[in-house]
Amino acid sequence: MTLRITVCVKYVPDATGDRHFADDSTVAREDVDGLLSELDEYAVEQALRIADESDDAEITVLTVGPEDAREALRKALSMGADRAVHVEDDNLHGTDALGTSLVLAKAIEHIGYDLVVCGMASTDGAMGVLPALLAERLAVPQATLLSEVSVAGGQVTGRRDSDAASERLQASLPAVVSVTDQSGEARYPSFKGIMAAKKKPVDSLDLSDLGIDPDEVGLKGAWTAVEAVAERPARTAGTIVQDEGEGGKQLAEFLAAQKYI
Amino acid sequence: MTHILVYVDHVDGAVRKPTLELLTLARRLGEPVAVHLGAGAQAAAEILGDHGAVRILAHDAPEYSDYLVAPKVDALQAACAALSPAVVLLPSSAESKEIAARLALRVGAGLITDAVDVEAGPDGPVTTQSAFAAAFTTRSRVTRDVAVITVKPNSAPVEAAPAAGTVEELAVDFADRATGTRITSRTRRESTGRPELTEAETVVAGGRGVNGAENFRIIEALADSLGAAVGASRAAVDSGWYPHAHQIGQTGKSVSPQLYVAAGVSGAIQHRAGMQTSKTIVAINKDAEAPIFDLADYGVVGDLFEVVPRLTEEIRARKA
Repeated sequence: MTLRITVCVKYVPDATGDRHFADDSTVAREDVDGLLSELDEYAVEQALRIADESDDAEITVLTVGPEDAREALRKALSMGADRAVHVEDDNLHGTDALGTSLVLAKAIEHIGYDLVVCGMASTDGAMGVLPALLAERLAVPQATLLSEVSVAGGQVTGRRDSDAASERLQASLPAVVSVTDQSGEARYPSFKGIMAAKKKPVDSLDLSDLGIDPDEVGLKGAWTAVEAVAERPARTAGTIVQDEGEGGKQLAEFLAAQKYI
Repeated sequence: MTHILVYVDHVDGAVRKPTLELLTLARRLGEPVAVHLGAGAQAAAEILGDHGAVRILAHDAPEYSDYLVAPKVDALQAACAALSPAVVLLPSSAESKEIAARLALRVGAGLITDAVDVEAGPDGPVTTQSAFAAAFTTRSRVTRDVAVITVKPNSAPVEAAPAAGTVEELAVDFADRATGTRITSRTRRESTGRPELTEAETVVAGGRGVNGAENFRIIEALADSLGAAVGASRAAVDSGWYPHAHQIGQTGKSVSPQLYVAAGVSGAIQHRAGMQTSKTIVAINKDAEAPIFDLADYGVVGDLFEVVPRLTEEIRARKA
């Protein structure tokens, strides 16, 4: 039996670029370079490792986003994923996390799956809720925030670390998994991988393919609304001193003046 | 009176500080009702009542500790069905955000995570959030009748506001799939004796400039002189000098203390994402061009191995 793995990835604005909002309070995409979210590279990596350990596995990488989101799929394909699915529809502009989870869940069901692998959060919105929402929508177990993951005998097991404890989790497939940046360094695409990726299939789907009413998504379908966006005022320039033996003492005086000691 | 549900984050009834902050915010919006799941409700009731919880809905079952997230969603859903709250507040921990998300979907609520402030508005609560490494501030509201909001630690003061704090049993029926993800073992973390990183009033962080695991002792000594939590940059964590649980930044913890002291941290955008909302920022770095100085209220350009021990000594002397 082929183990069908779907990896959800996001195309995000580069954090080192000038990230900002458009007039409608959605993320401005035109003026800043995009890339595959770094945290999703860990998801692709773990999917590849799980596939390597399986007798037979197929990895589909899935994204929802505008045309250039295809670049994120290409990167994942060049790392070694087998095929890609791109959900693209003008009505998706401004979709919130709940709406995105609807689109992803419908697409995952459309593709067919045994295991869904996600990164722990996107590097732009950074909510970290999508994997849990997918588990809820798909009515399957969530094994999330794993720093270590393996799949065998129809079970997924892994380690979840929190402030209070380190836990071992176990769930039956089908399941939704998310992995942290501690799960293992993501591989770089090889030249061979990059060339092979050009020949791999990328399927496009729109809302009608997934049977989703446009009113359920986009800004209109969002259950939250952004009322105001303001650039945070630049911090006023602080006092910078050169240490010539007294730096530690001067700093203590500053902290005392601010009543921190 | 509008009911505001507050999800209690606790360890066997020892309530964590962010929950008390949520009670302060809840009082602005309506009548706070706490939901306590797992053991220790009676122990928690006193402190929850002292901080404004009029009622405490409590339920204990092994499912809460034996299975991941889903049983708690069932319980909160039952609490929502019983009280029809306008708002459900949860702390912004990784687990609570997952609970919040699944609950919002089930009860048809709008979901807002990582709020740093919540106020009453004409159409329901209005939240403030930070975006893009805290370069932007946004204000949002929910367009549904119910709002599920998670709030970051240190977003509101803890204020005493004595209320009845009556404990009532919450009736919960677990769905079959609540037990889908089993927790097969749990190793509790040993306490360092220092404050919890995300809740701390003061954080001292070390970065690449600390240059070795053993050198983190001087960072810890400074932290202890200030009663602070210890943080580390990704470079320091990736080098194996300090545990990942202490990593501050985009892929680690986000902190918002009153005082943030960065020693040997250059201040890459990924690090700034996790600390830029700190009230006062102090930097010590030998590179005068380090971007951290752009954020610093006070910066010392110098060798941290000279400056930090001297600072620690001065603080100890002043406190003695």
